[in-house]
Amino acid sequence: MNTLIRQSGLSRLFDLSRRDVITLLIFAAVVLTMPIWLAPLGAAYPGLMQKFAIYAIFAIGFNILFGLTGYLSFGHAAFLGVGSYTAVWSFKLLTMDILPAILFAIVVSGVFALVIGYFSLRRSGIYFSILTLAFAQMCYSLAYSVLTPITQGETGLLVARGDPRVLDTMLGVQAQTGGVPQPSMLGTTITGYTGFYVCAVVLILAFYVSQKIFASPFGMALRGIKSNQTRMVYTGFNTKPYMLAAFVISGMFAGLAGGLLAATDPIAGAERMRWTESGNVVLMTILGGVGTVIGPVIGAWVIKYFENIFSAINTGTLNEWFAFLPDGLQGVFVTVLSKFVGEGWHLTLGLLFVLIVVFLPGGLLEGSQRLAARFRRKKQPQRRELRQMEAGE
Amino acid sequence: MNAQTPNIILHATDVTKNFGGLKALSDIDLQIEEGKTHAIIGPNGAGKSTLLNVIIGRIPPSSGAVVFDGTILTGKAPHEINQMGISRVFQTPEIFADLTVLQNVMAPAFARRDGPFKVNMFTSVARETEIREAAEGLLNDFGMWERREDTAGTLSRGDKRRLELCMCLIQRPRLLLLDEPTAGMSRHDTNTTIELLKRIKLSGMTKVIIEHDMHVVFSLADKISVLAQGRIIAAGLPQEIKENPRVREAYLGETVQ
Repeated sequence: MNTLIRQSGLSRLFDLSRRDVITLLIFAAVVLTMPIWLAPLGAAYPGLMQKFAIYAIFAIGFNILFGLTGYLSFGHAAFLGVGSYTAVWSFKLLTMDILPAILFAIVVSGVFALVIGYFSLRRSGIYFSILTLAFAQMCYSLAYSVLTPITQGETGLLVARGDPRVLDTMLGVQAQTGGVPQPSMLGTTITGYTGFYVCAVVLILAFYVSQKIFASPFGMALRGIKSNQTRMVYTGFNTKPYMLAAFVISGMFAGLAGGLLAATDPIAGAERMRWTESGNVVLMTILGGVGTVIGPVIGAWVIKYFENIFSAINTGTLNEWFAFLPDGLQGVFVTVLSKFVGEGWHLTLGLLFVLIVVFLPGGLLEGSQRLAARFRRKKQPQRRELRQMEAGE
Repeated sequence: MNAQTPNIILHATDVTKNFGGLKALSDIDLQIEEGKTHAIIGPNGAGKSTLLNVIIGRIPPSSGAVVFDGTILTGKAPHEINQMGISRVFQTPEIFADLTVLQNVMAPAFARRDGPFKVNMFTSVARETEIREAAEGLLNDFGMWERREDTAGTLSRGDKRRLELCMCLIQRPRLLLLDEPTAGMSRHDTNTTIELLKRIKLSGMTKVIIEHDMHVVFSLADKISVLAQGRIIAAGLPQEIKENPRVREAYLGETVQ
């Protein structure tokens, strides 16, 4: 028995509890079959599904910091932006292959996270949040002003035909066709569904890494920090490096997401670093269920889905929907509802968020668990009756 | 008993602590012998908790030094002091309220095994059989094994104290500091705790205990120091302390007949 338990380092890497393995398999199946089950929901086009996968990665990473340590970063979009810029520069200078681009995106955003985290983590609570917000706004402003040679400011950083692409030139794989070259992976061009499946596989990997962290002693230490820092310190843990490690890891996840955004659409703009983007990932995580492995993914999908659905509705569609009503009433409905759709879809998001936080503080995941529990409770008496009947016999 | 000179594991010399104009501790000289249980008693506000906080590095002394096994503790971070082998039970239990009881006991074991910082994110807590079994064994000794999967925050106050004691004991500290370990416990729980602490005593762990309950003090202590108004007014064997007129006047007179 003991020899069975003792394992080599490599097999440990793939070691998950039974429950986690089942979750991972179901998750992988759900992600890979997105084109099928999203079709009836009207969201099965590659561009949107890529966003689902990418923002889920962003939220998973954010949750490693916020969900485990309880430190609320309000500047994570900075790492998303840095990841995008890095990836596009890799496309411009080295190669159109996305693998080095993504790798650089992770590394560079990790370095940014190390610096920003080092200073921000000197404070906790609201001061930490404000510091991260300040750093992110600095990155945003710099991208628009001083760093324009690197970021191309308002135009956004684009891949151009005349870029050096040292590696591609060396290997002689520079695209011969006219027009702007497209990102590729090991020779396959990344477009549409290929792009989605690449993002999907990366999302599954990211989910797996998050599961590992949640189940590890490292993850337990991070939860300890959230629960009681005094006890952590008097138990012999040096909490600072733990938090910095969590911050850097979650920054790298954000960089990965940023890199993928650039890989699927090779352009990087400063608007990705705006504070609203940082706020979005906070919303996603809280909406889905903070501190759970799957919650942030659900949150990211729900928000991206609603963003897509509600922002696509305009007055014309509303008029069609309410055409059956008398003219005056139709006008009232359309005028009121039009404030909540199209450009104003954030209003719907705000309402949704308020409802969730007030009625389901644990997020959508807790909501579904509560529903399931209620369902089970209804079933249980039946089972007991059955047992009683058997006992009676 | 052999006549060897006792090994002093903790030595506080001339420790003084001022809070503004208030002298909380003055010229404290304290020697803790290895393997013994040393009780610090005294009326409320005598400076007992302050003394413990100075030892553990929570507050720096205004002057003087605390030496643990040849190393000066002053200026060290709390986690460094813990890593040297000093664990502490607090007056109000400091536990991980959001974690399960078992995780509460396992976490300190990781700190002891892996040191103050280690990114071991690719191993799984569930597979740490050795540490889990040690934690479960300890919980069993303390009668809390059945509650190992419960969230620690849901425990009663007495159970929280016992849990915190488990969290310290799993680290096998060389010196265990107990700040009123039985406060808020029922008579029955207090007696169970005394029995458990007696058993630890047999294992040779050094303990410093701050306590109000004289029943607990005289059941456990090998040596007693009496603190009053920031000064040690008497120190010695329990019997000597009981008979010391100054102590009876300052403290014991009202408590023990």
